[in-house]
Formats: sequence, C-alpha cells, structure tokens
Amino acid sequence: MIRNGPVALAFHALFIGFIVAPLLIVCVVSFTPLGYISLPTDGISLRWFAAILDNPRFISAFWISLALGLVSSFISTLLAVPAALAVARFRFRGRDAISALLLSPLMIPHIVLGVSFLRFFSSLGLNGSFAGLVIGHVIVILPFALRLTLAAATGMDPAVERAAVSLGASRLTVFRRVTLPLILPGIVSGWLLAFITSFDELTMSVFIASPSTTTLPVRMFLQIQDTIDPMVAAVSTLLIAGTVVLMLALDRLVGLERLFVGKARR
Amino acid sequence: MKPQRAAPYLLSLPALAVYAVFLAAPIVSIALISFQHFEFYGGIQPGFTLENYAQVVSDSYYWEIFGRTFAIAAVVTVLCAVLGTFEAIVLHRMDSRWKSLFLLIVLGPLLISVVVRTLGWALLFGSTGLVNRALLATGLFAEPIQFMYSNLGVVVALTHVLVPFVVISVWASLQRVDPAVERAAVALGAGPATIVRRIVVPLAMPGILSGSVIVFALAASAFATPAIIGGRRLKVIATAAYDEFLNTLNWPLGASLAVVLLVANVLVLVTSNRLIERRYRAVFAESAA
Amino acid sequence: MSFLLLDRLTKAYGEHLAVDALSLAVARGEFVSLLGPSGCGKTTTLQMIAGFVEPTAGAVTMNGRDLLAIPAAKRGLGIVFQNYALFPHMTVAENVAFGLEMRGIPRAERTQRVGEVLALVGLAGLFERHPAQLSGGQQQRVALARALVIRPDLLLLDEPLSNLDAKLREEMQVELRRIQRAVGITTVMVTHDQAEALALSDRVVVMQAGRIEQDAEPLAAYEHPATGFVCDFLGKANLFTIEAIAADVATVGPLAIKLPPALATAARAGDRLLVRPEKIAFGPPGATALPATVTARVFQGNHWLYQLDSALGPTLVIRQNDGGACPAEGEQVHLTWRPDDMRAVPAAVAKPAA
Repeated sequence: MIRNGPVALAFHALFIGFIVAPLLIVCVVSFTPLGYISLPTDGISLRWFAAILDNPRFISAFWISLALGLVSSFISTLLAVPAALAVARFRFRGRDAISALLLSPLMIPHIVLGVSFLRFFSSLGLNGSFAGLVIGHVIVILPFALRLTLAAATGMDPAVERAAVSLGASRLTVFRRVTLPLILPGIVSGWLLAFITSFDELTMSVFIASPSTTTLPVRMFLQIQDTIDPMVAAVSTLLIAGTVVLMLALDRLVGLERLFVGKARR
Repeated sequence: MKPQRAAPYLLSLPALAVYAVFLAAPIVSIALISFQHFEFYGGIQPGFTLENYAQVVSDSYYWEIFGRTFAIAAVVTVLCAVLGTFEAIVLHRMDSRWKSLFLLIVLGPLLISVVVRTLGWALLFGSTGLVNRALLATGLFAEPIQFMYSNLGVVVALTHVLVPFVVISVWASLQRVDPAVERAAVALGAGPATIVRRIVVPLAMPGILSGSVIVFALAASAFATPAIIGGRRLKVIATAAYDEFLNTLNWPLGASLAVVLLVANVLVLVTSNRLIERRYRAVFAESAA
Repeated sequence: MSFLLLDRLTKAYGEHLAVDALSLAVARGEFVSLLGPSGCGKTTTLQMIAGFVEPTAGAVTMNGRDLLAIPAAKRGLGIVFQNYALFPHMTVAENVAFGLEMRGIPRAERTQRVGEVLALVGLAGLFERHPAQLSGGQQQRVALARALVIRPDLLLLDEPLSNLDAKLREEMQVELRRIQRAVGITTVMVTHDQAEALALSDRVVVMQAGRIEQDAEPLAAYEHPATGFVCDFLGKANLFTIEAIAADVATVGPLAIKLPPALATAARAGDRLLVRPEKIAFGPPGATALPATVTARVFQGNHWLYQLDSALGPTLVIRQNDGGACPAEGEQVHLTWRPDDMRAVPAAVAKPAA
C-alpha cells in the first residue's frame, strides 16, 4: 500500500488542527475565571457552568430542545420505517419518485423551509407553537431517519425473510421475529441521527420559534448576536461533550463511516 | 393478490400524507405570497404582481447581495474541494486504527450545531484574536487581518463547516476503487505524485464533483455563519430574507428571495447530479462479465 | 545460471512465519507455478518479488541484480493482479500504454507497441472501451497486455484465472501458455488450482505453511510425489501404511504385496504406499486381485469416481467412461493394478533442510 509521506502528514496535521481549533477554543474559554471572554491563563473556574443553572432562559431552552428532539425524532422514525420497508422490499410503480420525494427536504435550504413554515403556520394560527416546531422538525429530519433505515432494510438479505415464510411464519411474525431484529440497528441509528439533527437545528427554527418556544440553538444564536460571553461558550462545551457521547454511541451501533458514507469499509 | 399490491402504497402513505400537508402546502404558500404586493402600513395586499421579483432582480442592493453570496459560495467550494480531497486521500491511505480515529474527528463536527462551530470562529477571530496572533507569530504577516465582520472571515468559517461533506463524498468514491489499482500503477513505474495526479484524483472525481455541488448549495443558502461572522452589514441571501421577514415584515419580498434561492438550489443539485452520473457511467458501470 | 534466484526468502509477521527460508531457482524463459492452499505463503512470496512486501530475511536476485535493493516502481516487472486492477477511468489503450508513458516512450512508438501487444493477446479493436464495458476474459487479456507491453524481464501472475468460469478458464489456460511461449518470458504464477498448475507450468512448486514441499516438473511431481501432502494435493490418492518390509514383500494391512525392485529398495517400514485411483482397474478374481465392495459411485462426465471398501480400508478408483459396463453400488469387485504404478511416500513430513 502506498504510505503517506511527510508532506501529506504535515498537511493532515494542519487540517486536523483547522477542524479542531474552533471547538477547542470554545471549550477552553468556557473555563475562564474572568468575567469576559478570555483564555483561562490565570486558573480554571467553573463559574460559567454554574451561571447556566442560574439562567432560566437557557434551562428552559434546553428542555424545549430535548422535548422537541425526542418527539420529532420519534414521529419521523414512525413515519420512516414503513416507508423504508415499502421502498426496500417492493417493486412498484412510482417507487423511485416516492423515494426521491421523501428525501427531497435535503435539497431545500432550511431558510426556505423556515419562511415557508412561518407563512403557513401564521395563516393557521400555529405560529410560535410547539406543535409547529414539531412539524417543521419532522420534515427536516425525516430524510435522515429514512436513509439509515432504508440502508439497513436493503442491506439485509431478503432471502432470510423468504426462508421464514417457507417455514410457515405469517407476515406479521416474519416482521416481528426476523426483519425487525435485523434492521433494528439501522432504525435506532436513524432515530439517533434524527434526534441530533433536530437538537442542532437553527436556521429554520429561528423563523418559527417564539419567546415561549425558543430552542437551545436559537437561544444561543440570539445571545451571540447580543454579546458573546463565556456562558454561551460553557453551554457550547456541554453540547460538544454530549454530542461526543452520542457520536460514540452511533459509531458503536452502525459505524460513523456507514452513517455518512453509506457503506462499510472494504 | 390485491392486498399485496397495495402494501407498499399503504406503507408509504403516512409519510407521504405528512409531506403533502406540511411540506408541499407551505412551499406553495410561500411561492404564492411572493406574487403579492406589500404596503408598509397596509400589510400584504391581495392580487398578483411581479414587482417583488422585479425589485430583487433590478435593485443594486440585491445585486450586491447575490454577488456576495455566490462569490463566497464559489470560493468556499473551491477551498473545500481542494482541502477535502487531499484530506480524504490521506485518510484513505492510513492504517486502520488511525483511519477510524481521524474519520471520527473530521466527520464528528457535522453532528455539532452550526451555532457552536461558528461561535468558535467568532472567538478565534474576535475576542481572543488567536488567529491573528498565530499569523503574526509566523512572521509572514506584518499586521493583523480583519477577519470578523469581513467576507474573508465568513469564507474561512463556512469552509470549516462544510469541508466534511467533500471528505465524505471523496471518501465514498475512493472506497469503490480496487486497492490493487494503485499497486499496478507502482509496478508500471509511476512515482507517488504521478499516482495521485493520474490515478487517484481522476478516480475520485465523481466524489469531488458531487461533494462540491453539495457544498455550493449549502454555502449559498447559509444563514447562521454569515449572520454571526459577517454581521449586519455583510448580507447574504439568507440573512437578507431574515431581515425582510422578521424586521421589515415585507413578507412578499422575502418570499421572492426564498423562491429564487430554492429554484437555484434545486436546479443546481438536480442538473449536476444528472451530468455527473452520465459522464461517469462508462467508467463506473457494473462490469459486463 | 538461474535467471531468478530466491535465496532463503523469509517473511515473519510477529511469531508467524508466512514464508520460511524459501529457496527457488527459475531459469530464463521457464514457467513456474507456486501452488498450494490459502495461507501457504505463495502470494506473500510473489508480493516480495514484486516489492509490495518487505522480506524479513533472504535475497532475491534477477539476472545477477539484487532486486530487493530496487524500489517496486523501478523493478520493471510485469504483474497481472488477481482482480486485474485495470484503471477504471482509462480506456483499454490508455491502460496498456500507461507503463510506456511512465518510461517516457514517445506517442508514436506507444501506439504501435500497444497495437502489437493487443493483437498478441487477441483484443485488436477494443482500444476505446473502458474496463467496465469488457467481459472478465477480455479484462484479463488487457491486464496481460499491460504487463507485457513494457517488455519486462519477469512476468508475475497472481491467480490470474480464478475469477473466470470453468469453460473460459480452460480456454484462457491454453491462450496464456501460447502467449508465454511466443514471447519467451520468464514467468512465475501463483495458484491454488492444481489442474491449472499442472497444465501451464514447466515446473510446479508445491508449498505448504511457508515451505516448499516439492519442486519438480508437473508429470514428475504427479507420478512421484515427495510427501503425503503433495500426493493429496495433486490429484486424488490412495495411501496405505506399510507396516513392515521383508525382502521385496510389503505388509500392508492384512495383505502381503510384492514390490518391484526399485520400490523395494526405496521403501521403508512406516512409509505409505501410493496407488493413484486412475491406475486401478476392475478385473477378474485372482491371487493378485484385491476384493472390494462398491460403497458409492459418482458420475463425472468422462469418468466414474468409485468409493470402495476393501481389506486395505476405503479405496478410490477412477473408471474411464469407455461405454463398457460399470459396477453398481453394493457389487463385489476385484481391483488390480500394475506393480510399477505403486509409489512410496514418507509418512511424516520432516522439516526440510534449509
């Protein structure tokens, strides 16, 4: 195999540095003992993490994001699983069109979705409501749940189901005892990715959130536009830590590579 | 069997129904409103007019915004394509253990909210000034460079946000190549640079192209990063639409911006995917054996 | 003076010896096969000659030059990889011309040489196709052409025919041999298919666990296998333990078998007696005939494979499909063979001298 030479490795080191630098600085700054953005050169303090607990707006934003993420990821998984099974198992007219349609939100800029929902919800009186946020998030994250579940369903050998049928199992039993267990990792990782995407979503949520339904990213965005202080860095540090944990879980389940690229390594 | 044939349609029905009501309808409604007239004191008036599009297309204010948006998107795309491709090649050649670790590091940030990533750049550019301190330390620069509230800063931050997409795309292309192909080139006498130039990059090209298209589409429609790093003065299409909708309240005008962005996005994505597929079909078709 | 010399070539992965002090001499123009099951070290040996794997110890000399001192890109060997490893994004002509490009050969000469070699392998007229548009057999020929056009000193083939279906494989075997003889190039082939090795090679090198079991011409290796492993790997074998030898009579099970003079001197007690199934015939009862019962028979087109039970234990017989009557299952038969068709094979494999 061709190895990486010193030039390649130097480039790689700089690239990794580039990727990691902004995340690192956010974490570092959140430990500053001073009252403003600074590097913690004089010592480390947890005051800004404590400050989060005293800030009801951030706390409620966190709960809203959490609830929103759980509800919308659950709903989109419920919608995505049968659709994925339909596309993976059956040959029917319109299959490609339906598949493309269900994945289409990936092609629509979130800003467009945001203003569309703003317009749509205000004419329905749903503007700024939690239900409105759920609907918006379900649309945005469903393609992610669908893609992973679809990959699991198509990756599974269909002959296994046929073997179960030949041995006398009813279709419900085949689904419950054979299909579901085999595609479960795909479903769970699809659900997890959908949750993460919902939790992180900003651009669309900015338009359809209201003061009582502000998600965490929106709260952070509004704060940053006002002034940047170490507390928002502290919140970010917690988010980074949480994401790392979820990311490791996803990697364990499905392999981060398969998640993004779609294929296990050769 | 009737029930058998209806099954796939029934299974997709819930998702399709949700889409019909909650995706198609909102998009249609925003398209409709873009054709309506806005009065500052009267609000949105009924009736059909093309004045919003006319304004968007003729006003120099919007020309500047379109120009900035697409220029930033173009530069970001080139940077991401170059950096992302080389990183993907380097990763492709690594040992298993390192490969997994660095893939995690490079792709992981995609799971972190764009607000957090952009905050990091705001800190590096602005309050801590670390980037400038580092640049000055290398001795190559005499003065600090203005990153915050500049197009350059937006470009750098957007490149950071979007480069993983190119890495993913190029990585996927390289995975499809038989590793023995590089060895064959070595055996025929090719040096390392020749192998990258004549073998690896051409084989990765479909990935480079499709990754670049994704980056361009996302960069042109980016909101958070230009808002935070660019500030109020440097507007892009997304932040201009935000202004119209939430500040000026001229929804029809904002809607026309959104429609232009949507149409451009879909066109770019669909046509380039077709072109890439067609161009590379001969090369990557399933073997006739 | 050998053209290619492997001197105690060794490759160790930690504790595991993939190739164990392997020594081999190949004459100019010879076609040698490295034959053995997976894991025997044959591919690793090829990779070391090619320069893709660093040997732990030993030397490789080609035409007097130390090959190991030269990096892989400069060794100028022609290599055909198992899955052909054609450049998917280049046409057939560009694939074949690549090695010439790397050598700075001008375009006009490149075109001419590419045309010649494609005619040699029987692919004239497919210049502008891409590999994905070719059949497996055609891809294989392109890979061969690409390796030969650079006029290498040595041709290395890594299981070149294993991806082809049976009929195509037979045709390609003949083709491969024809081309190699036409060009006269020294060739080392790696394969796990014993029929292929026997058909193509001037010499067969049977390997197991990183070592050479036997290095001989195909007929010699088949007729006079050196070890139990070789006789089992090449073709089918009946092996019976020789319990004792007195003068020219061997005690094998309950039988006393008279050995021909040459065999009587060579064989030892504890060796095994080899009789190939195709050398055994069904004959009339007699003093020198072995009674047996047919336990199974399998029809294989041009012959029947018989499994029988005899006083010597389970026995295999191959009976040509000459249209004559063939015994059925359960029948009692008598087996005879010519004394000269017997061989003696050592029982245990002692570690060969380095």
